[in-house]
Amino acid sequence: MSGWDRFLDSFFNLRVAAEYLPKIIDGFWLTILLAACIIATGLAAGLGLAVLRALGIRPLNWLIVFVVDLFRALPPLVVIALLYFGLPAAGVQLSGFAATWLSLSLVLMAFAEEILWAGITATPKGQWEAARSTGLSFLQTLGWVVLPQAVRMVIPPLTNRTIAITKGTALGSVVAVSEILGAAQAGVSFSFNPTPLTLGALAYVVLFFPVVILGRWVETRFAWKR
Amino acid sequence: MNASDDRSAAGREGLNRPLGETSDDRSAAGREGLNRPLGETSDDRSAAGREGPDRPRQAHRPIVEARGIHKHFGPLHVLRGVDLVVAERELVFVIGPSGSGKSTLLRCLNRLEEPSSGSVMVDGIDLLDRRTDLNAARQRIGMVFQSFNLYPHMTALGNVALALRKVQGKARAEAEARAMAALERVHLADRAGHYPGQLSGGQQQRVAIARAIALEPRVMLFDEPTSALDPELVGGVLQAMRELREGGMTMVVVSHEMGFARAAADRVVFMADGAVVEEGPPAQVFGAPREARTRAFLGQVERA
Repeated sequence: MSGWDRFLDSFFNLRVAAEYLPKIIDGFWLTILLAACIIATGLAAGLGLAVLRALGIRPLNWLIVFVVDLFRALPPLVVIALLYFGLPAAGVQLSGFAATWLSLSLVLMAFAEEILWAGITATPKGQWEAARSTGLSFLQTLGWVVLPQAVRMVIPPLTNRTIAITKGTALGSVVAVSEILGAAQAGVSFSFNPTPLTLGALAYVVLFFPVVILGRWVETRFAWKR
Repeated sequence: MNASDDRSAAGREGLNRPLGETSDDRSAAGREGLNRPLGETSDDRSAAGREGPDRPRQAHRPIVEARGIHKHFGPLHVLRGVDLVVAERELVFVIGPSGSGKSTLLRCLNRLEEPSSGSVMVDGIDLLDRRTDLNAARQRIGMVFQSFNLYPHMTALGNVALALRKVQGKARAEAEARAMAALERVHLADRAGHYPGQLSGGQQQRVAIARAIALEPRVMLFDEPTSALDPELVGGVLQAMRELREGGMTMVVVSHEMGFARAAADRVVFMADGAVVEEGPPAQVFGAPREARTRAFLGQVERA
């Protein structure tokens, strides 16, 4: 067996691929579900924190900044491990899925809050003044005038960060979530052949390429006419 | 009573003036105003009559009554006990060097700026009272800003309709019909679907005027409405203001458009260093200023 044949047999073994493809496809759907959950809760929580911070209640803002900095500083894997292996000691047993979901949501929340806050502060003061001078309340101004502009401004960093963190779903494999990487690693250990990893890589490309394209589309779609 | 008739007559004179008039005409108007005897009656009465039944004369009670306004920004004492009383239908022009506090004074009138002390009554509402519903009160006080401040993510129509829908709670169809009527008043109905970025500065400012008047305010505040505009775009904005004035709107204008002040203002207030130095009819303030500070300022403006 030449080196090239060995390489093909290891990474592109069709027999192994056919055997483990269904598992990888299951993992693919699980990754999509996990990512969708993280994006929904992470962005919603980030937006919620940014709105709370805009209220300008000082002690609350200290707390928000502390929480945000904490989750920006901690490696996502550490958060997952703490929640999955640490919480049972406190009597709370999270499933691998729930631990990954919660952890990555917290991390996405932290980054999304910081990015949205940057957008809110970058919106010209005159926008607030004009809206308030017509009788709009603080929250109405935030919701109808400032946030739409702030969100548009920060869509590029926000999509980048969202993609980066949803790729972190692969970390779920550490806590026995059989998403794409988890399924692939299981396949590798059962078949003694790394071909399932190739399938996994392929699955990530199939999943995230459209997401990246979607991100671009969102950027152009929400740019306002000039 | 006579004095106010006098004012509106002078105002109308200015308003009917065509655009692009030379300064000679303006000073002529100024002289005319100046030479008008104080106790003049018959001419003014007939002038008032010509205004027609759609403009019933009302008692000129104050719409804006700001008393003893002080404003501190940290160590800076920006307003030092300013009084500003504006009667119904009056057009008051506030002029003065930059840093004199005129914009701050204007912003105190709708509490975009919180006065450090003093009182502000607008249309009988105490703006500084904690119990006052500020958002309700602000619908009666339109404001137009130097930098237009249109919402860039909304069309012209959307800009005008937003407060109608969200503050006054009108249904979309009614809000848009009213917004359209307001845009028509500034001659921009054909631009209703345009975004601010697609409009010239002058058009943007007229949309901003429409956004304010759509709420049917009792008084309009203009904060240097033409200062950010290229010279050729100023005329359209001044025309919109002139037409607003013809409709009987009470207006407080902070501006350096001295020609417009001479032609259209009922009263000119000159401010310097956070205080009112001198005020009076435009003919007097521009033609025969009493204070040296006023003369110096006007001299500088005219040289420029």
